[in-house]
Parts: sequence; structure tokens; C-alpha cells
Amino acid sequence: MKIPIYLDNNATTPLDPRVLEAMIPYFTEKFGNAASRNHSFGWEAEEAVDYAREQVAKLINANEKEIVFTSGATEAINLAIKGVAEMYEKKGDHIITVVTEHKAVLDSCKHLERLGKKVTYLPVNKEGLIDLNQLADAITDKTILVSVMYANNEIGTIQNIREISKIVRSRGVLFMTDATQAVGKIPVDVEADGIDLLAMSGHKIYGPKGVGALYVRRKNPRVKVTAQMDGGGHERGMRSGTLNVPGIVGLGKACEIAQQEMPTESVRLAKLRDKLEHALTTTIEETYVNGSREHRLPHVSNISFNFVEGEGLMMGIKNIAVSSGSACTSASLEPSYVLKALGVNDELAHSSIRFGLGRFTTEEEIDYTIPYVQQAVARLREVSPLWEMFKEGVDFSKVEWKAH
Amino acid sequence: MAYSDKVIDHYNNPRNVGTLDKNKKEVGTGLVGAPECGDVMRLQIEVDPETKTIIDAKFKTYGCGSAIASSSLATEWLKGKTIDEALKIDNMDIVEELSLPPVKIHCSVLAEDAIKAAINDWRIKNGLEPLKLEDHH
Repeated sequence: MKIPIYLDNNATTPLDPRVLEAMIPYFTEKFGNAASRNHSFGWEAEEAVDYAREQVAKLINANEKEIVFTSGATEAINLAIKGVAEMYEKKGDHIITVVTEHKAVLDSCKHLERLGKKVTYLPVNKEGLIDLNQLADAITDKTILVSVMYANNEIGTIQNIREISKIVRSRGVLFMTDATQAVGKIPVDVEADGIDLLAMSGHKIYGPKGVGALYVRRKNPRVKVTAQMDGGGHERGMRSGTLNVPGIVGLGKACEIAQQEMPTESVRLAKLRDKLEHALTTTIEETYVNGSREHRLPHVSNISFNFVEGEGLMMGIKNIAVSSGSACTSASLEPSYVLKALGVNDELAHSSIRFGLGRFTTEEEIDYTIPYVQQAVARLREVSPLWEMFKEGVDFSKVEWKAH
Repeated sequence: MAYSDKVIDHYNNPRNVGTLDKNKKEVGTGLVGAPECGDVMRLQIEVDPETKTIIDAKFKTYGCGSAIASSSLATEWLKGKTIDEALKIDNMDIVEELSLPPVKIHCSVLAEDAIKAAINDWRIKNGLEPLKLEDHH
């Protein structure tokens, strides 16, 4: 077993060696520009891109003509939201999204607000799920797009995408989803799920960084987005720029492997995740699982260890790589806005750790992690004044804190 | 962000973790920070009534490694100092000793506040006027 152990697979995943193998020729001998129409170098590259397009499309049950390659999910999201806002500006100026979305969605919407568009940010319940009635009520005749993430990056909560899209599309509004965390992990089907636009990324599914895709529906309805970059008109005019052929080949291969391995991988990871979560939450007092346990990605567990601060805890468990919703880990000094949106109090948000298991996580690693975390929490609680006060039965709400 | 060796040392081997009897007249307790801000420090001193020397210091801290290290270091420095000398401990001394990066300066500020709060608690208990503390924030 190698130390440190990587349990931050929602941040990024290691490249699968099979993906690397598929990519390598396209850096060296097969270096052609996929847009070169007049020689074999170009044809070879184009062929590779076409094949990757099929692999990506197949994973989400789309047509290959509906896949637009981008530099990653952030670009795909920007293109979708800003591109729809621009393309459909005569139809309306209202967008609906959710408070727990990724910053790429929220900040794209904020950008549009500055340009005069209107955005509704739906709240979530304590599991991280939106209320369908609230969604239906928010749609107006000016609404052009509803964007709801498939699964959340911090807590793994999976939204009820099918019911959401039914409501949205019955009102003649486009439905978009940021499926960065869901694609390749759980079945995502743009037809059955009723998705009009979908953003995804390579490096979350054991593919390379710097490549992603936007699915843009071609019929029922035919969706168009206005390009956000000017140039050679690649990707059917929606995304200019010479195609990142090795990256795209890698994304395609990553999708193919994910599709093949998802049924067994998701079961294996859920079992390991449940083992970890059960062990930690049943042996350590005052632990709280954040988000929905029922509607959740199989490989994610977000746990708050009350009275222990997240960054302090991460320092104590330096042999495992995880992330925290603690303020200290961000520049803003604000704890996770996702956890706050669930109604988790600031104190518990500061105490949260996200465990993100992945394809290469072993049972041995989980067996190492369990006592390792237990000991660190116990040690830090010995140093924590809050733990002592809790044990003495002090009512925290009655303490006069000197906030700084 | 990498931690300095001294922060890591204090984090791994915190000095003077513990609790003094807050009801004792010789003990001053400072509790600063707030759970919702992600750090709370409790620093306690025990003062010799004759010499006004700090004969013991204990802390407990909820916070990041730098917060734990700042308060651990503070207790180390406090022991053996007179109250007047203790008041001269400046947060920047802690920053320098632990090589804290700019984003962690607030941890040292909190430690200085904790020292002053503990001294004031002791002063009040012993019939002295509390010191007016400048606001850092």
C-alpha cells in the first residue's frame, strides 16, 4: 500500500493507464490537425476524434453529432449558459438554477445578471435536493433555461433529474445539467433523463485534464448555443480552436472504460464507502453525514466531526488526501456554501471532511483509513475546548463568543 | 500550503494542553474566537500572588494547525513571565517564530487576544481594573 492514500477523487482522478496508452500516439506520430482535410495526418486525427465522439456519446446515450469538445466542464458550462442566454434572448431573459451548483454555473449566471438577465437560485432541503413544486412555480414565460446539477461535488447528492426535466420541458424550457460528477459513475441517459444540454469533464473519470464536452441536443428540440469564442468555426461553429486530439482520444477511452466498468465499480465503491462511513460514524461520537444518504453517488461520503476543525483534522491525517468544507481551506474564510445551503451550521461545516473514493481505492486503504481517522479525531478532541465544554454539558448558544 | 517545521512540531506535540481550575483566584481564563468562525482558543494562566509571575499555563484550541501551534507556543512563552512581561507578547512575534503565512496571521492575533483575555480575567478576579484592549480587527 502506498502512502499517502488518495481519497479526493471528486477533485480529480488519476489517469487510467489504459487511457494514457490510447493517448500516447496522438502526441507524437499521429500529431495531425483534425481540421486538415487534405492529407493523411489530418484524416488520422479526424478519425480518432470521430471515434472518441462516438465513445463519449454512447456513455450518455447521445448521438455523436451532439457532442462538442471543450477544454473541460467549466468551459462547457460557460458555453451552455451564456450560449443559450445569447441565442434565445428574444425568447426570454430568465434562468433558473440551484444554490448548490458549482461556481462555474453560479458565476456564469452572475455574469449574465450583470448583463441584465434574471436568475432564480432555488434553495435545497437538508439532503441537498430541490423542491419540484418550487421549481414549477419559478418558471415564467420568460424562462429560457433551467440548470440543475446531476450530482453534487461536495456531498454527492443526486437530484431527481427525470422529474425535474419533465417539469421543465413541459413548459417549453431547455433543461441543462452539469453532470461532471455523475457521468461515468452512475447511468446518465440524455434521452431517458430528458436532458437538452449536459456538461462533463475528462479528469473526473480517469481521463486527462484539459478536456471535456458539452452535449447539445439536435432534435426534439433542436438546441443551439451562440459560440463564446471566435475563430475557425470548429465543432459545428459552437467551439472554435484546434481540437485537443490526444485529450479527446483520452476522454473517449475514459468514457468507454467507465461504461464497461460502471456496474461492478459502482457496487464495489458503494460497499467500501459504506464500510468507511459506517465505521467512522458508529465509533466516533458526534459525527454527521452531510447530504442525502439515499440519493447519493456511490463513492462519496461527507462527514462532519463535531468539535474538530476540518483543516486541523486534515493535518492530523496527512497520510490520506481528502478535502474539507472548512473555511481555512478556501481563500474566502467562509465555510462551504454547499453545506450552508443544506442548513448545516457553520460550526459543523468547518468540521467537515469529504472522502472521495475511486477506481484505484483498495479495501486495504479503507482499512487503514478507519483507525487512522478515529485516532486523529480523538487526539484533536483532547485539544479542543469545545469538546471539553460539550462533555461538561455547556449550552453553546449561551456562551458569549468573542468572534474575531 | 506547506506548514513550517515549527508549526508541525507544535501540532504533533502540543505543549501544555489541559485545563486549570477556572474558579481559583490565581487562575485567569481567556476564551476567544467562535465555533462558527472555525477557531476557538482557551488559554489559562496561573499567577503567583506574590511575584505576579505566571507559574503555569494551559490551552485547548479548536482550529487549524496554525491556531493550535500559536496557542501552544503562547503557553510556552507565558510560563515564567511576569504579567507585565506577558502583556508585551505581540502577535507578530508568534508569526515570526512559527513562520506563519499571511492567511494564518489571524491565528496569532487570536493567541495574543487569548493572552490578554486571560490576564484581564485574572485582574478582575483580583480586584484590578481590566486593561483596555486595542481592537485588532
